[in-house]
Amino acid sequence: MITDHLPVLQVVIPLLAAPLCVVLRGSFAVRQFVKVVSGLTFLCSLLIFTHVTRHGAMGYELGGWQPPWGIEYRVDALNAFLLLIISGMAAVILPYGTRSILREIPREQHHLFLAIFLVCVAGLLGIAVTADIFNVFVFLEISALSSYALIGMGRSRRALTAAYQYLIMGTIGSTFLLIGIGLLYMKTGTLNMADLALRMPPPHESSTVIAAFAFLSVGVSIKLAVFPLHTWLPNAYTFAPSMVTAFLAATATKVSFYLLLRIVFTVFGVGFAFEAMHLQLLLPPLALAGIFVASTVAIFQTNIKRLLAFSSIAQIGYMVLGLSFGTATGLTAGIVHLFNHAVMKSSLFLAIGCVSFALGAVDLRAMRGLGRRMPFTMAAFLIGGLNLIGIPFTAGFVSKWYLILAALEQQRWFVAGFCLLSSLLAAVYIGRVVEAAYFHDPDPQLTARPVPRGMLAPLWLLTGASLFFGIFTSFPVGAAQRAALLLLGGAP
Amino acid sequence: MKEPLRQHLILRMVSKFLIPYILLFALYVQFHGDYGPGGGFQAGVIFAAGIVLYALIFSLHRARRAFPDRAVELFISLGVLIYGGTGILCLLRGGRFLDYSVLSTHDPIHGQHLGILLVELGVGITVTAAMVAIFFAFADRGRA
Repeated sequence: MITDHLPVLQVVIPLLAAPLCVVLRGSFAVRQFVKVVSGLTFLCSLLIFTHVTRHGAMGYELGGWQPPWGIEYRVDALNAFLLLIISGMAAVILPYGTRSILREIPREQHHLFLAIFLVCVAGLLGIAVTADIFNVFVFLEISALSSYALIGMGRSRRALTAAYQYLIMGTIGSTFLLIGIGLLYMKTGTLNMADLALRMPPPHESSTVIAAFAFLSVGVSIKLAVFPLHTWLPNAYTFAPSMVTAFLAATATKVSFYLLLRIVFTVFGVGFAFEAMHLQLLLPPLALAGIFVASTVAIFQTNIKRLLAFSSIAQIGYMVLGLSFGTATGLTAGIVHLFNHAVMKSSLFLAIGCVSFALGAVDLRAMRGLGRRMPFTMAAFLIGGLNLIGIPFTAGFVSKWYLILAALEQQRWFVAGFCLLSSLLAAVYIGRVVEAAYFHDPDPQLTARPVPRGMLAPLWLLTGASLFFGIFTSFPVGAAQRAALLLLGGAP
Repeated sequence: MKEPLRQHLILRMVSKFLIPYILLFALYVQFHGDYGPGGGFQAGVIFAAGIVLYALIFSLHRARRAFPDRAVELFISLGVLIYGGTGILCLLRGGRFLDYSVLSTHDPIHGQHLGILLVELGVGITVTAAMVAIFFAFADRGRA
């Protein structure tokens, strides 16, 4: 009975919990409340995931209006997995955040901050769950507007300019999306994604549809921070409060990647995107350039948050590369990396959040000797770093493995070689931090305050997960393979 | 907004006369939205315009006393809660989320009327409060 309503509850629970936070107001009460809410949201997505795995896709007509006229929520193998990732990340990062914001956000703003955070979670879940492309735009705006506010609440004043920069880029991105959606609506008269796919005119007949494809893919690429459109990301990640950086790095770009997959494979279809639009030629250069440029820039950063932000841009390159193969293995690689990167990058940002909590600084100088002073935090950072490099027995290795398999499948030796080479760059930028932390003496002037267990536990949960999924790969790889087959039209 | 326009007698008298009608018109747009042009968003903006006019003419301080920050904050959330609560109510009565037909026991059409009325009321409240909050935030800049 209640199972029928799960797709809508997934969005409604955090969305209605947000105004309740404002009503509750008291910092302590709100912080306990959001933990319960994040748990409920996660439970919801777990139930959806098991239901979809067992019985296939779930649909939900909002307001009882039949699709394609009404808004439909539709959960299949791909977005069930994504919902699990988003709500899982929220369920780990929110309890962490209830401690970390004590030092970052003024107490009288806690209820507003956490309310906006829940709105952001609801927006991201909404993008994942809906099958209506205009509804996607609405939720995209909800999540984007709330994330501008969240970033702007960072401690330094530069957070405001970072948020503003993101606002400008993000608005351009969503305008492009809206134009694309409008063109599609003009041509097909429908907004339901499955219905759109049915009514799509062939590309040689309509230049409107080609323009729509261009607008949609560029719009999503801005949100996704694909290489030349990534300029908003480093500042936004650097100056946002630590829980926000960890959450956005783990989910916001992932949801954009999901959106790109949906638009390319579900709405337009492989034939359109790869045979008429030649994505297999367009995307790999951008992805590879992104991987190399961003990794190289990361090597020269002294602010660790900024370093990790550039590393995120490189990792997005891997995901886009997986998509650009257009094969089942390539998509599996992209989606597995979506999951693995969410886990490892959020664990790295949580570790840096702990450092920031203890020292109030996150530059390379502050990291000196931290291996001894904050052994648990830095060990987690080290493991996260090994994940980024892709050492065997870590989750990062699994994604690289599938990516290289996909490249070899198409005899793209060059691309496979580049993937291996880029791991070396990751080794260099992670190595610099590890060297500072383990091979230098601590700065005697800096005093580290103890990090509460409430922050270390989520950090180690994610670190443990990144190791666990590096060895027991069946869950993420299985889910990604089902999703890949679904996108290529192989399985229900 | 350093100086309220208090000493302008004509402006003061005219707005004193107009503000009730602006608020009344907002309510008309709100509740007539089912049958004609209008609805919660437009009504909310008009209602907020009445409050903004009051603040411009009779000083921000008085407007803030009439609408304290905490109340504005609560009204922003209240509207969303009314909207979402209507959806949840539909769920509890055995329908889909926001399926207003189940709200009435005897006639689905009545249910639809009631549903849209409640949802638009929620929109109206949140929009009013949000507009006022934005105005207060900008008007207050540069003061202690």
